[in-house]
Amino acid sequence: MTIIYLLLTISVLVALAFFAAFILSVKNGQYDDVYTPSVRMLFEDELVKPKAPKTKTEPTNKIKTNNHN
Amino acid sequence: MEDCFHCGDACNNGVVIHNEKAFCCNGCKTVYDILHDNNLDYYYELEQSPGITPNAINGKFDYLNNDIIIKELLNFNEGDTQIVSFLIPVIHCSSCIWILENLNKLNPNILTSQVDFPKKTVRISYSITEISLKDVVVLLSKLGYEPYISLNDIKKDAKTKDRSLTYKLGVAGFAFGNIMFLSFPEYFEVNEFWLNQFKHIFRWLMLVFSLPVVFYSAQDYFISAYKSLQSKFLNIDVPIALGVSVLFIRSVMEVVLNLGTGFFDSLSGLVFFLLLGKFFQQKTYNYLSFERDYKSYFPIAVTKLDSKNLIDEFQTKVYDLVPDDCILIRNEELIPVDGILKKGSAFIDYSFVTGEAKLVEKIIGDEIFAGGKHSGTPIVILVTKSVKQSYLTQLWNNEIFNASTQNIFQSLTDKISQRFTKSLLVIAFVSGLIWLFIDMSKSLNVFTAVLIVACPCALALAAPFTLGNLLRILGMNKLYLKKAEVIEQLAGVDTIVFDKTGTLTTNALHTISYKGELFSEEENNQLKNVLRASSHPLSRALFHHIKSEVSFDITNYSEDIGKGISANVNNETIKIGRFDFVASESKSNIKSESSLLQTTVHISINEKYKGYYAFKNEYRKGFDRLLNELSKDYKLIVLSGDNSGETTYLTKTLPADVELVFNQNPNDKLEFVKALQNKNKKVLMIGDGLNDAGALAQSNVGLSISENINVFSPACDGILDASMFINIYEFLQVSKKGVKIIKYAFFFSLFYNLIGLCFAITGHLEPVVAAILMPLSSISIVFFTTISTYLIGRKITQNS
Repeated sequence: MTIIYLLLTISVLVALAFFAAFILSVKNGQYDDVYTPSVRMLFEDELVKPKAPKTKTEPTNKIKTNNHN
Repeated sequence: MEDCFHCGDACNNGVVIHNEKAFCCNGCKTVYDILHDNNLDYYYELEQSPGITPNAINGKFDYLNNDIIIKELLNFNEGDTQIVSFLIPVIHCSSCIWILENLNKLNPNILTSQVDFPKKTVRISYSITEISLKDVVVLLSKLGYEPYISLNDIKKDAKTKDRSLTYKLGVAGFAFGNIMFLSFPEYFEVNEFWLNQFKHIFRWLMLVFSLPVVFYSAQDYFISAYKSLQSKFLNIDVPIALGVSVLFIRSVMEVVLNLGTGFFDSLSGLVFFLLLGKFFQQKTYNYLSFERDYKSYFPIAVTKLDSKNLIDEFQTKVYDLVPDDCILIRNEELIPVDGILKKGSAFIDYSFVTGEAKLVEKIIGDEIFAGGKHSGTPIVILVTKSVKQSYLTQLWNNEIFNASTQNIFQSLTDKISQRFTKSLLVIAFVSGLIWLFIDMSKSLNVFTAVLIVACPCALALAAPFTLGNLLRILGMNKLYLKKAEVIEQLAGVDTIVFDKTGTLTTNALHTISYKGELFSEEENNQLKNVLRASSHPLSRALFHHIKSEVSFDITNYSEDIGKGISANVNNETIKIGRFDFVASESKSNIKSESSLLQTTVHISINEKYKGYYAFKNEYRKGFDRLLNELSKDYKLIVLSGDNSGETTYLTKTLPADVELVFNQNPNDKLEFVKALQNKNKKVLMIGDGLNDAGALAQSNVGLSISENINVFSPACDGILDASMFINIYEFLQVSKKGVKIIKYAFFFSLFYNLIGLCFAITGHLEPVVAAILMPLSSISIVFFTTISTYLIGRKITQNS
């Protein structure tokens, strides 16, 4: 029955590991914004999309942000 | 009428067709082009018409060339990388998130960008080798996502998010789970062989787990209890702290002296539930700020002019302005300091200050107060006072804006806890004494058992869960409160003070009425043509008001700044403007009559006086019905900064016992509220502009009305969306019902306490009884309050 010592140690260690993971995730700010990630994960892989209609436009137009000021 | 493909607004001013799509203006079309050319069409697939019309930004962000200002805005600045966070109030849908997080596709020098949707902020990191902060801001503005940068952004670094409650809750939950696990074997089998051998290790482990709960998670309760004892007032945290310490000490004694299991399970459960209640109550509207003062309205920097030649421009921080500086204010810019108009003609909109969207015209030499927004061609102002000494900002020197002087509100829970704690101690001592005579060994046991079982966990949870729920329900109905306690305060209100302009009246709508000799169709037509030539805001408003064709050519058009316009149409001379400018003969009765009104435009044709148009802010729909409803239960007062011009109208529409007070400056309003409070009135102040800021802060509850909640409103306890104005009565009813629910919940929890006390007094309190009773009472209270607040909430959504 002394195996219970080992089992207890393991169970406490596992619990502590999860606890540490929780603390770490709070510290990293995972719980600061719980809404945006839920939207972000629904975005398509947007790089694939625009290829199709591209034939219509002239490709030379690039936005320039430097020259305007 | 087509709707704009980009922003979804109706194309009222002509449609721009481009790429087979309709746009309401060139601004929207440009944004579409930028996105389309960069293969970002996905923006329009996520949501329909998600865009925002970009504003003109010429020169607006020039101050971002100034290194000192840049440094104050940045979050991070090292090597080639800079990181900056912006508040962008227009963020509203998933398309916004998507485009703002794909900025690097528009400009590869932007490394990453991340949106925090609830806070409406975006955090951008970029490489400064190719672009500057200004380029980033200009890029955002061009897309319609113009960042809001104000004086408030300067001291940004001090704000780090307080996550301690989450940690405490995590620790308590962790310990609670593990302790439950470890104490389970002893709940049922006490004398089993193996258990007897190993129970010590279980008990000692539980003791170790309970240490962080008591010394870390529960520390706020000890601190608060200590403070409340110091001020000789027993708040709810006193019996909680007492319960926790008795639980802990007795359990440790039991384990150390090998007397029993202790109550570690109840202890950690209690703390866990209490913190859960606190966490639940802590709903915050991240993107709304309730602590705003003038700093959030004012720009960081202004364009300063060389005071000798008035031509050389350079950017200065607003705080660095001193008297005798000259500053340039462009169209749509806010005037940050008091000054004198030196050049140009100014149309100042003081709606930030007064809540009234009216343009005041100023001519050279006129005094201009800080807080106004200028529209029109650029003007030059000679600074007379620094920012902190300005007329408007001086209001914040009033002591009411020091947090320390805020009046302490005694909540319902604290009131009950006064009596509760006293009777709890009496019961504990009496039963302890009685047991001294029956069985001396059990006396201490009973004494501690009473304190343990009567620990007011459910009592302490009743208010947080009821109020926290109501806070969310009210939020869904567009009343955003700062804290849950505001609901309780709202329920206790007996006097309501309304501001007039901007609160009872709307900001947006003008009613224009004409008084005088009627125009013929032709005259009407001529008038419209003359008005078309003028860019004066009142002319624009009249131009849209008069229904007629636009056809004639006008000649001899001239505009006298500050007076009016005149022109010839079909050989007739038309004059539009001030009374003195328009009328040649003296009509003193008209003059005095019109001077009582807010804004008037007079008209004469061929030097013959015709009449005047009066501009008036419109009262909110249903405001008379609302005030009639409210006057049954509350004392009502209307407080206005205006003159008494509208007394007759108001007395006619409003119930007889409504008090009307006029000509109040911001400080008068504050003093007025204070005087009411000195008469023991509980005052609810409903206002909007910065001129109400003092009264809002002084009052027991200050609600600020806002046409657009993303636009800033002064410091207050709650922000009410203007569209829900007529529901104020319902909101007040809800707050009263909420307090009633709390009272019922109190009875509920006292009932549980009584059951527990029966066990305790008779000396039968086993750990397992406490471990069942504690969560059972807490959970049933949470259940009861949630259901009943839900029912209340359903009622208001049905009514509105």
